Amino acid sequence: MSIFSKTGSWLTDGANWQGSTGIPQRVGDHLELTVIAVAVAMAIAIPVGLWLGHIGRGGILAINITNVGRAIPTYALLVLLFVAMGVFHRKLETLIALVAFALPPLLTNTYVGVREVDPRAREAAQGMGMTGPQVLRRVEIPLAMPLILDGMRIAVVQVVATTTVAALIGVGGLGRFVVDGFNNNDPGEYTGGAILVAVLALVFEGIFVLLQRRVDPVRRARRAGEARGAVTEVKTTADAVR
Amino acid sequence: MQEHVSLTVSAVLIGLVVAFGLALLARRSGWLEGLILGGSTILYTIPSLALLAILVPLIGLAQARLAVLVGLVLYSLVILVRAFVTGLRGVPADAVEAARGMGFGPVKLLFKVELPLALPTIMAGLRVATVSTVALVTLGVVVDHGGLGNLLDEAFSKSYRFEALTAAVLCVLLAIVADLIILAIGYVLTPWRRKAAAR
Repeated sequence: MSIFSKTGSWLTDGANWQGSTGIPQRVGDHLELTVIAVAVAMAIAIPVGLWLGHIGRGGILAINITNVGRAIPTYALLVLLFVAMGVFHRKLETLIALVAFALPPLLTNTYVGVREVDPRAREAAQGMGMTGPQVLRRVEIPLAMPLILDGMRIAVVQVVATTTVAALIGVGGLGRFVVDGFNNNDPGEYTGGAILVAVLALVFEGIFVLLQRRVDPVRRARRAGEARGAVTEVKTTADAVR
Repeated sequence: MQEHVSLTVSAVLIGLVVAFGLALLARRSGWLEGLILGGSTILYTIPSLALLAILVPLIGLAQARLAVLVGLVLYSLVILVRAFVTGLRGVPADAVEAARGMGFGPVKLLFKVELPLALPTIMAGLRVATVSTVALVTLGVVVDHGGLGNLLDEAFSKSYRFEALTAAVLCVLLAIVADLIILAIGYVLTPWRRKAAAR
């Protein structure tokens, strides 16, 4: 039997779609870990990035943290956390690792997004009498939004990938199929699992591409500007984002 | 450790050659560029462990090392193609025109003018590609070809803290050393940048 038919029959086998080790359950586990990790990372990284960007400090930290994150193998961090904390907190350890890998792109992109805001826009806002927090909320955040979303996209894709790797230390999620498949020497299982992981990552990527199109204030202002006045639109965008 | 280094070096070198070819192709037409850049983005989105699990049966479990290598090459390609394309695109049109005016043919133009001017961007891409390849090698462990990843696996199954820490630190050290080597190569290859900075 070729690898294609093996994978096909694994994916279409009804037994693989049921129970606590079935595909829907594993997809659910995968999504749960991903969503929690990204949400925690966002709650930490975005405020810090916004603040650093707003005051214009800490650039070296915000930029270089991404490079450091890239050099640490996901698997190495997982194993380290595992041997340090023991077998009982596997899910917690995985979450810590996931958050750690989601932080750098979020922090860097938020910081760069705020920093890259046209200084003239910032000055104009200050000239209009806006206070620091107002400038941040009504000018800097909306204009930084495309880059922040891009950071979220990178973080989510990274976390989906790392959750897969977490199967190597025994956590659930779609990586289980890949790791168990290799251990059982079942090509249908590991290839099928791999395809599911790939599809999941691509779906997230697609969602973010669409989101990014919708939220870009410059694009929206331009489009709306054709119908109404561009000035009012900038204000609406700021309100919408807030 | 040796496997880790050899997998990284060969993956990045092959990636470099293929990326150069693809970048030259991408330059020829707009839709080809879109295809190559778009395709590589999709590829990069696919989690590494999944890509490996798809490649292994296609190449054969008997040649698992080759499958790991192909996976690593594909990932480094994504970063490198992009670096080549942006680097070559950033070459000032004046420089190209001046070289043409001096009678440079397309090959000479590419190697004597365009590539050197694109070098800083390419080297930056090369650094990113190498550092992430060093980290990715560890995942080869699912087919027993993970370099230091195998050490991590052993540490995990026996819960050896020291071994785990050693393997992790070695991975990061390897990435830093590789990064510094490429940085040094870039420094040597672009003497004119130093002159500009000194002035």
